[in-house]
Amino acid sequence: MTDLVLTPNIPQPDDFYAELVATHESLSKEESDALNARLILVLANHVGDNTVLKQALEAASQGARHPLR
Amino acid sequence: MTKIFEVPLYAYESSADQASALPVRHQVIVVGAGPVGLAAAIDLAQQGVEVLVLDDNDKVSFGSRAICFAQRPLEIMDRLGCGQTMVDKGIQWHEGKVFFDTRQVYGFDLQPEKGQRRPAFINLQQYYFEQFLVDRVRGLQQQGAAIEIRGRNKVEAVGTHPDHVRLEVETPEGPYIVEADWVIACDGAGSSMRSMLGKDFHGRVFEDNFLIADVVMQSDLPSERWFWFDPPFNRGQSALLHKQPDGVWRIDLQLGWDIDKDKEKRPENVIPRIKAMLGDDIDFEIDWVSIYTFQCRRMERFRHDRVIFAGDSAHQVSPFGARGANSGVQDTDNLCWKLSMVIDGRAPETILDSYDRERTQAADENISASTRSTEFITPKSDMSRLLRDAVLDLSAQFEFARPLVNSGRLSTPCIYDGSPLNSADGLNGPSNTRPGAPCPDAPVGDGFLLSKLNRGFNLLTIDADAPDELEVDGVSVKRLALSVKDDPSLALKHRYLGEATSAVYLIRPDQHIAARRDSYEENAFRQAILRASGKE
Repeated sequence: MTDLVLTPNIPQPDDFYAELVATHESLSKEESDALNARLILVLANHVGDNTVLKQALEAASQGARHPLR
Repeated sequence: MTKIFEVPLYAYESSADQASALPVRHQVIVVGAGPVGLAAAIDLAQQGVEVLVLDDNDKVSFGSRAICFAQRPLEIMDRLGCGQTMVDKGIQWHEGKVFFDTRQVYGFDLQPEKGQRRPAFINLQQYYFEQFLVDRVRGLQQQGAAIEIRGRNKVEAVGTHPDHVRLEVETPEGPYIVEADWVIACDGAGSSMRSMLGKDFHGRVFEDNFLIADVVMQSDLPSERWFWFDPPFNRGQSALLHKQPDGVWRIDLQLGWDIDKDKEKRPENVIPRIKAMLGDDIDFEIDWVSIYTFQCRRMERFRHDRVIFAGDSAHQVSPFGARGANSGVQDTDNLCWKLSMVIDGRAPETILDSYDRERTQAADENISASTRSTEFITPKSDMSRLLRDAVLDLSAQFEFARPLVNSGRLSTPCIYDGSPLNSADGLNGPSNTRPGAPCPDAPVGDGFLLSKLNRGFNLLTIDADAPDELEVDGVSVKRLALSVKDDPSLALKHRYLGEATSAVYLIRPDQHIAARRDSYEENAFRQAILRASGKE
């Protein structure tokens, strides 16, 4: 079983990040939120492994600046 | 025209019990003549148990109410002798459309698995379902079965005793006392049996109202299930359109929480809503209107000594997924063979605790599934709605998102994994026929597997030897001998053998699998029969 990759895994990180931000440019907050939601679903389907997805949900929760309730 | 649900179907009649100086004792009293209570009574009567049904009303259900009946309950109805009538009258459908805002996001086709006698589901008004059950009761009475329905007999008090239950019953001619060895409480979500016994019933209340309208119209619309999320005619809410027999269409509109129910039910408020949905030019007549709210909850235990709860009195779910009446009928399917064995001494009373174990497991599955559908249909937070809308938007363009769309997951039977009646799996076979699972149907010769099963316990052999009859501590088991050659479509092989070349299945009277091995082994099956009859 594959574990969630939490080490650097994107070959050109700056390129990806710039595209991510650019995709949101000129969108309203509402449109951006909706886009993010669609993006999560597209990526989750690509992962397609409930264990890895669960690990991703945990990693995202742990990554909060302030402890989550 | 007088509607079927306005005519008394089991009108009040005086009974000899009312004039008796001493309370008359019955073997089983069923409280409530809804789908669940009637199914329980028929099941028991077919097994030779004397049964009396008490109902505070004298008619079938008022309005269509439950309309979607799934395959497993229809198979149970076959066992109870009314499956064919229901399927003949019901509407079969398998296609549906999902709309979001102004557009159709996709259509689906739920083609059922081939090679099964019964369709995945039919739409049939609850009043027909109940009427066919009452017809079956009358048929059994003509054959001399000890089964009786008493209309307008309202249970007002319950007394529990170590060896019987005492009921005080109110009738148009005054009260009387009647006793039973066992009582099955099938008196619905607002069960007065439950409150009289002071039993808990906690769960989650959903703050939402839904308007149900049954309309009669001539329409060219296909027999499909149409579901709308956030449509222009019911902004921010959901809507459902579904066909029933007799040109009746079920319309279900979410209304939200803060509404005036009486006002919303008035024709002058209902008609514009329906016109907004169907168009101004459609002629229709309103047959029945109701507003419902719902909760997801269950009793902690379904068995309370000699009073056993089944159906909505024991558990309640949201209507999304048709898990109310469908699961209630499966409760009685699970309970009645056990109770009948206890009554004639073939099983110890403790087998009834397996009813509790297996059906609370099923109720938890149903509550979980219907709670998830409810969250998708009526999101409870901004983020939940955002994700829901994202799923719907993506589903229009990308197939991957469609399985995430949840407008109700249709009732499927529970597999009783871990049940004390199961024996360890002794076959490297398909997962769907593991111990605890209901037998899937398959074409066999000129008919179907499930209709060939004997009443009582079965030993199903597929290309395997076994005795034709077996008797273990008063429990008799009959063999049904089959071969993969009996089904050229190979469904039997795929469903019961998988990679194995032969198999022997021990099947309970409710057609759930108790044990399986690749061949017959005397000791193992004797042990399995003892276990499945609650003696281990």
